[in-house]
Amino acid sequence: MKVPTQVRETLGDLMAEYALSIDENRLEDWVELFDEGCDYRVVTRENVEQGLPNVLMWCDNKNMLRDRVESYRHVNLYNPHYDRHVLGPLRFTDKKGPAWCFDAPYSLFQTELEGASRLFSVGRYRVEAIVEGDSARLQSVTVIADTGLIPSLLATPI
Amino acid sequence: MEPKIDWPRNDYSRVPFWLHHDEGIYELEMERIFRGPAWSYLCLEAEIPNPGDFRTVWVGDTPVVVSRNKDSAIHAFVNRCSHRGAMIVRELRGNAERHVCLYHRWCYSGAGELTGLPFRKGLKGEGGMPQDFDMKAQSPRKMKLGNCHGMLFGTFSDRAEPLESYLGEFGTGIIQRFLSKPIRILGYSRQRIAGNWKLYAENLRDTYHASLLHEFFVTYGVDRATQKGGVKMDARHRHNMNHAYAATDTQDEAKAAYADTAARLDRMQLRDKKLLEYKNEYPDGMNLAAPTFFPNALLIQINNTIGTRQIRPKGVDAHEVFQTLFAYADDDEAMVRHRLISANLVGPAGFVSMEDGEAIEVIQRATRSERQASAVIEMGGRGELRDLAHRVTETPIRGFWSYWAELMGVEPTNAIR
Repeated sequence: MKVPTQVRETLGDLMAEYALSIDENRLEDWVELFDEGCDYRVVTRENVEQGLPNVLMWCDNKNMLRDRVESYRHVNLYNPHYDRHVLGPLRFTDKKGPAWCFDAPYSLFQTELEGASRLFSVGRYRVEAIVEGDSARLQSVTVIADTGLIPSLLATPI
Repeated sequence: MEPKIDWPRNDYSRVPFWLHHDEGIYELEMERIFRGPAWSYLCLEAEIPNPGDFRTVWVGDTPVVVSRNKDSAIHAFVNRCSHRGAMIVRELRGNAERHVCLYHRWCYSGAGELTGLPFRKGLKGEGGMPQDFDMKAQSPRKMKLGNCHGMLFGTFSDRAEPLESYLGEFGTGIIQRFLSKPIRILGYSRQRIAGNWKLYAENLRDTYHASLLHEFFVTYGVDRATQKGGVKMDARHRHNMNHAYAATDTQDEAKAAYADTAARLDRMQLRDKKLLEYKNEYPDGMNLAAPTFFPNALLIQINNTIGTRQIRPKGVDAHEVFQTLFAYADDDEAMVRHRLISANLVGPAGFVSMEDGEAIEVIQRATRSERQASAVIEMGGRGELRDLAHRVTETPIRGFWSYWAELMGVEPTNAIR
């Protein structure tokens, strides 16, 4: 699919910031990458392949994302860890109105406080994003995790 | 070898930590509980609606195929070829008239009978199986199957009491509550927790932790110990149900009760409140019900999220929690969407469940080398096991251990039951 270089670069940067904002525990910045009417969900390949709608996480607007992050900050308790996302190249699949659609593979490693690292999740993103000039924002992110067997628990977003 | 357990007390108010770490205990649990006279939850009948449908599950650490045969009868058998021990069915699910082992193509019916094997009579008069080889006697071990309102259970033991009496009125009644009309599967989630499976079984019987570990419950008023509710057990105290009734406490009561915890009752509000919307759909008005069945099953309702969980032990220091969420077949699209939004509350990423994984893992880590010390289980009282119309109790944990000890043949002198 033919995609202008500037669009590729802008969305590449957007995804780099997406990953880094989670890895640097700037979850509030991560939320700001999304549109107000956004859709963010984490599903597993096992369910997708069976045509089942189950979700591990589903925020169907930006306020639900804000609630998730606020809950992590003040309410929920989880395994103390560092995240590290490694993203693969964006593969553009479609353009729906103003939104560019692309897939990107990811690996997410978690490192615990004493330094042991493990592969936490591997899978792909299905993204719809809008580019305006130099800036871009996310309309929809579906994380399709190959890793359906969640190690320990899933708190901070993928 | 028979294990020697020095129970500090006969009412299971002390449980030695080493029981979560001992390989010998684990092997005996597989034999005496999961392959013994307990009934294990397998899957839901709605997951195998058509003749030929099958699913693969785990009973303890034994792989099992559950399948609906041509004649619509449901069968469960060990998923292991009688020949050399290979797993016969390697898919999670599917539809097949017969199952063929990949190694030497031994062939099994949907009911788990060995029906054929290549070169049985040899080739050109040479080789082949001995003439008296009895195929029938070589079928994989079958489970006795029980169906309670569409929830399928199995046992390997001929000594097991009938499922109906195993579950008791308590169990059959509450299963009917959840499965009173046709359901539609919404999907699955899996979580691997690095802790002994019994720590999860305990967690499900511990209503004391719910509003403390899962602060979300209290902060946003989903479930507080000040709500009306309680703990019910079956007559043998092996199953239990934690439950609560929606909107039966006041903000002031809750504030006073949680004054000495870190709960933030006033300070936080959800921006999007639909996450906690509850549409009452049961005559009893409960918004939270979590009946647990010994040894491996849970039915769960948190607001409008409903499903089952199956505990799958994975060695002495790990287990998988396999969760199946469902809707009712007559739900409209909006209701299904609402249930999926509510699903944010449960599962590996659930607002009111994610903490369990961490709590169990830090117990496993901290008790690994401990041979002497025991857990203290006295909240709600010592001695006799009984139901309570309040929620500050962990008595059902003692009930779990009493039945565990009975099946394991390791009860203390004058043990309570």
